[in-house]
Amino acid sequence: MSVVTKGDVPVWRRRTTPEQYFIWLAWLVGTAITVYCWKLISDKTLWIFVEDAPRQAADMASRMSPPAWSYMSKLWIPLWDTLNIATLGTAISIVLAVPVAFCAARNTTPSVLFVRPVALFIIVSSRSINSLLWALMLVTILGPGVFAGVVAIGLRSIGFVAKLLYEAIEEIDASQVEAVTATGASGAQVLTYGIVPQVLPAFAGISVFRWDINIRESTVLGLVGAGGIGLQLDASINTLAWTQVSMILLAILATVIVSEWVSAKIRHAII
Amino acid sequence: MIANPWLRHGLWLGAAVYLALALGTMDVNWGRVAEGFPRGRDFVASFFPPDFTSRWDSILEGILESLWMTVISTVAGIVLSVPVGLGAARNLSIKPVYYACRAILAVSRTFPEIILAIFCVKLFGFGPFAGFLALSIATIGFYGKLLAEDIEDMDPVQAEAIKATGAGWFQWLNYAVQPQVMPRMIGLGLYRFDINFRESAVVGIVGGGGIGATLLTAFDRYEYSSAAAILLVIIFIVMAVEYTSGYIRRWVQ
Amino acid sequence: MLRIENLVKQYRTGDKALKGISLEVPVGQVMALIGPSGAGKSTLIRCVNRLVEPSSGKIFLDGTELTGLGIGGLRRARRRMGMIFQEYALVERLSVMENVLSGRLGYVGFWRSWWRRFPQSDVQEAFRLLERVGLDHMADKRADELSGGQRQRVGICRALIQNPSLLLVDEPTASLDPKTSRQIMRLICELCDERQLAAIINIHDVQLAQMFARRVVGLQLGEIVYDGPPDGLDAEVLTRIYGEEDWEATIGKVDAEDEENGEAA
Repeated sequence: MSVVTKGDVPVWRRRTTPEQYFIWLAWLVGTAITVYCWKLISDKTLWIFVEDAPRQAADMASRMSPPAWSYMSKLWIPLWDTLNIATLGTAISIVLAVPVAFCAARNTTPSVLFVRPVALFIIVSSRSINSLLWALMLVTILGPGVFAGVVAIGLRSIGFVAKLLYEAIEEIDASQVEAVTATGASGAQVLTYGIVPQVLPAFAGISVFRWDINIRESTVLGLVGAGGIGLQLDASINTLAWTQVSMILLAILATVIVSEWVSAKIRHAII
Repeated sequence: MIANPWLRHGLWLGAAVYLALALGTMDVNWGRVAEGFPRGRDFVASFFPPDFTSRWDSILEGILESLWMTVISTVAGIVLSVPVGLGAARNLSIKPVYYACRAILAVSRTFPEIILAIFCVKLFGFGPFAGFLALSIATIGFYGKLLAEDIEDMDPVQAEAIKATGAGWFQWLNYAVQPQVMPRMIGLGLYRFDINFRESAVVGIVGGGGIGATLLTAFDRYEYSSAAAILLVIIFIVMAVEYTSGYIRRWVQ
Repeated sequence: MLRIENLVKQYRTGDKALKGISLEVPVGQVMALIGPSGAGKSTLIRCVNRLVEPSSGKIFLDGTELTGLGIGGLRRARRRMGMIFQEYALVERLSVMENVLSGRLGYVGFWRSWWRRFPQSDVQEAFRLLERVGLDHMADKRADELSGGQRQRVGICRALIQNPSLLLVDEPTASLDPKTSRQIMRLICELCDERQLAAIINIHDVQLAQMFARRVVGLQLGEIVYDGPPDGLDAEVLTRIYGEEDWEATIGKVDAEDEENGEAA
């Protein structure tokens, strides 16, 4: 932003000239990077397939309709498994995330130098690796099935829950903690009376939010053998049973919408 | 937190019943799990030391492909989500457009990236193009919804004031809406970049290109030390992206 | 100049905010609109520039029927009506200058406004107006850095740069302290005098209305119950507008302040 006086006349520009050049440069660089990336991707693309895609899409759509409604009767148990993967996985992650979060928060960590970096590393590794990759590894260790899915969701969610929770802990009102400390309370008492009540609502909100995300993620874990409705999806795609595929997609759509509605209701009730 | 004791105890009871049911129906092969502990130890042990060198060429290629995919799908997704997001904001659009845009957002947001990737691979063939499309669609759903919500939450008086000057619709967007939503949307764009990078590591599992394919190959060949190297590279890049985006966000504010 | 004929506004909830208002404001007249909350003051002025769509009735500005205009016509008509808001309604993340210049949006094309390349004459006018209200050194500040009174001055500049013939002013002082309120009201009235502007000022502070306006219209439940000079507001009239209350103190104090004000001037 700048005002320049040319002669007697004040001239106004939104930005000073160097600022303006910098912004132009940033746009130029950004555009160049995007174009370059596009070129690299398109070099690796067989355009003949892409040109064929509309016909393929129409073909697939016609094979997918109408959905095999009767197949729904076989989907209830996988859906129940999916729900369990999400719920139990979230429960595990909460149990494990709480100590990690208290170790990661600056104001509650036992040691900023040693414990905090470890906690932060746990958080970032858990968050960086997708639940499908966790499931891929866990299926190798634990064998295929729901249990691997539960553990995968649990491990993936630790980072998410712990990160949001430790940020909430760092934002608490210090004066309340001081007040409890001033009564001569021990460390554990300060924790239960000074800190926990303050972060409890945030904590409940985070858990429900993550549960909602986990429902969505647990629908696909079956693709790598970790249980839930993804198993049926994988099997139906492999056997080219497209009407079953569309039925499964509808079931997933409905489940996700319901879980989103439930989590919105609960979060609304908490806040 | 819940005042009514009946409701409170009822909820505990319900949770207990659910837990019993869930654990009861969960088909866990405990023998396999018990076996899993030594197996897990061997598995983890075989990750060490991470081996960056022997597969370095394919790791580098996969990571770069993931990064290109991330950049282009974030840009394309955001560009496409702006009109959809505007249409899905209740205070901006008319009823039919609103419902159409909301439907687009609901569908593109519900399905996990991997399912989108499966279909894109079926339609467009193997390779990064399918991954790029899957991530773009997911980005539209994510970004469009948040943009619409942000516009719905904006201060209506500021918007009214610009309208009262006789501004046209696009001028109104530029002067009243854009300044109000821009800072948050830049932050969310960076966040989505981060998500897209992480997701680009899995679309490869179903043939959508990127580091995921390299990772799957490493697993299939039992080259766990190479897999460990790949995972470390992913973690490192996610940390770098997070750090950079935090810096940019502070600069924008 | 502004003529309102039998204006009715019924909200979708069924509430009738305005029940057939007819009103005429001649050139250069500053008119205060008083009344209790929910009387329809705010709805009335928003119907004039059609931020709120009237249900029935007609509004004419210099012979143009505003109620029948299409998008383009409405845009041209809105340029001639400057609006000043209660909560200032500045776009907080834009600079003061951008806020003032946004008053010219009705006159310039999209790309000019996009690149912030307003005609030099507009920029000079903006500087003149900012100088007039004593804020020329603030042009590059962001709007959310200003105090309440300063923001309202910027709001006034934004309305005036439209070169309007009518000012619509919605509770200009409701968020300001008493001293700043008077300064702002005085500024608005002076500017109206300088430019021969008509103005409708919504205000719920009866004293301020009496002090600055030459005509007062009292609105009660969507109907005009008083229309006359400010000194005609006696206890009986105020009861009709606001309901039963001991009005003597209000009226007495106004007279005293009016004299004080007169002496100062």
